Amino acid sequence: MHLSLRVWRQKSASAFGRFETYEARNVSADMSLLEMLDEVNEDLIASGGEPIAFDSDCREGICGACSVVIDGVPHGSRHGTTACQLHLRHFKDGDTITLEPWRARPFPVIKDLVVDRHAFDRIIQAGGYVSVKTGGAPDGNAIPIPKTDVDRAMDAAVCIGCGACVAACKNASAMLFVASKVSHLSLLPQGRVERERRVLAMVRAMDDAGFGACTVTGSCEAVCPKNIRIDVIARMNREYGRALLKAGFVE
Amino acid sequence: MLRKAGGIEAMKLLPQFFHSSLGKKYIMAITGLGMLAFVAVHLTGNLQIFLGPEVLDAYAHGLHRAEELLWVIRVCLLVFIGLHISMAVVLTLGNRAARPIPYERSRLPGASHAARTMIWSGSMVAVFVAYHLLHHSAKAQVSLTGHDFATFQTTLADGTTCHDVFRMVVAGFSQPVVSVFYIVGVGLLCHHLSHGIEAAFQSLGLRNRVWDAAVRKLASGAAWLLFVGYASIPVAVACGYGREALN
Repeated sequence: MHLSLRVWRQKSASAFGRFETYEARNVSADMSLLEMLDEVNEDLIASGGEPIAFDSDCREGICGACSVVIDGVPHGSRHGTTACQLHLRHFKDGDTITLEPWRARPFPVIKDLVVDRHAFDRIIQAGGYVSVKTGGAPDGNAIPIPKTDVDRAMDAAVCIGCGACVAACKNASAMLFVASKVSHLSLLPQGRVERERRVLAMVRAMDDAGFGACTVTGSCEAVCPKNIRIDVIARMNREYGRALLKAGFVE
Repeated sequence: MLRKAGGIEAMKLLPQFFHSSLGKKYIMAITGLGMLAFVAVHLTGNLQIFLGPEVLDAYAHGLHRAEELLWVIRVCLLVFIGLHISMAVVLTLGNRAARPIPYERSRLPGASHAARTMIWSGSMVAVFVAYHLLHHSAKAQVSLTGHDFATFQTTLADGTTCHDVFRMVVAGFSQPVVSVFYIVGVGLLCHHLSHGIEAAFQSLGLRNRVWDAAVRKLASGAAWLLFVGYASIPVAVACGYGREALN
């Protein structure tokens, strides 16, 4: 099949960017979008051009590296799919596809379609972990956890930290990402010990990074490649209120 | 450990609350639900128009005899309005700043019209409320009706003379422009509420997968109920209800 691409090209973080048009000729419908970009890059290199820079790693939808806004929708409009798992058969022959990087102040463009997502790392460093003394590995069944708690925790733990929620939100809010981590860890007994400290610290890191606030539009859950639902955000709001009250009155 | 929860001294919790995006959303939700309660109570008063002029005028007169209580409510509402608008402005500016470069193609998947336009529906409701207060509470000469509402007087069954609210409402809504403007105003308010109620529950954390569908239905149901209730009065007047009061 034949596709026309409008791709955001930007030499460096400080350079001005603009859209360039490329033609992907004779590409297979069984290729993923990123494999098509590989083909286009091969042609660009052969003709002495600069290949299009984009992030990718596992290419099986589990690492969270790929980050392309496809025709206005992060990871494209197929539900529960990362850009690397989006195949060309979902496009029509002759389509024009617009490819843009994530757009958010905390995610500055490094080059072309690649953005700097260190803001997410700083949020995780603030509290997205469980403090444990290292030693012998504990017995797998030493701490019984109700099945429903495990299920709800795992529904949040599937977050791969790709940042599509930020890219889709009209406010560039990172609430779905942060709420996934807060929910995942606060639901399990190992993480529950530090739940108050964690939610206060992670929310502060999120605000400090310059992400917007949540206006409950639901765009984040609509694009999440792992189908995380915004009920995790309600849980984080609840955790936050609880933590403030506890810090204010109990101590 | 908790004393330094997230690196914050307990003493600094309140500034932290106001500073954080979640705290601001808590304030938006609480003030919004407070104003929603007022809008609902206000409607129960308004609907007494269908019980006749005597009942409505006596109700309005009774309200104004409890002037101290009215001032408590007015001050609370003013504080709510001030907080709701100031938080909305601060949050919106922050949200805009979070995306300095817009998308070439922007689709906002999943976002309803009401959810995308809260700042605009809210701003227009604020203008409508300002007009509404001038029109009915201050009884200013901006009513486009040719009547001076302040001169409308009636005598209740117990012999006291008071403001004729019934005649004011009928005279006001006898003007199609006023009625249309009013219906558009309450329509915008209810559009705002159809998302606002749902978002308030979310912001306060009062939502989970079990209650999700119920919260959505509650939000749209309450918004529609308020709209039908408020719009029924100008529609009834347009159909001829209460015209004899003008003669």
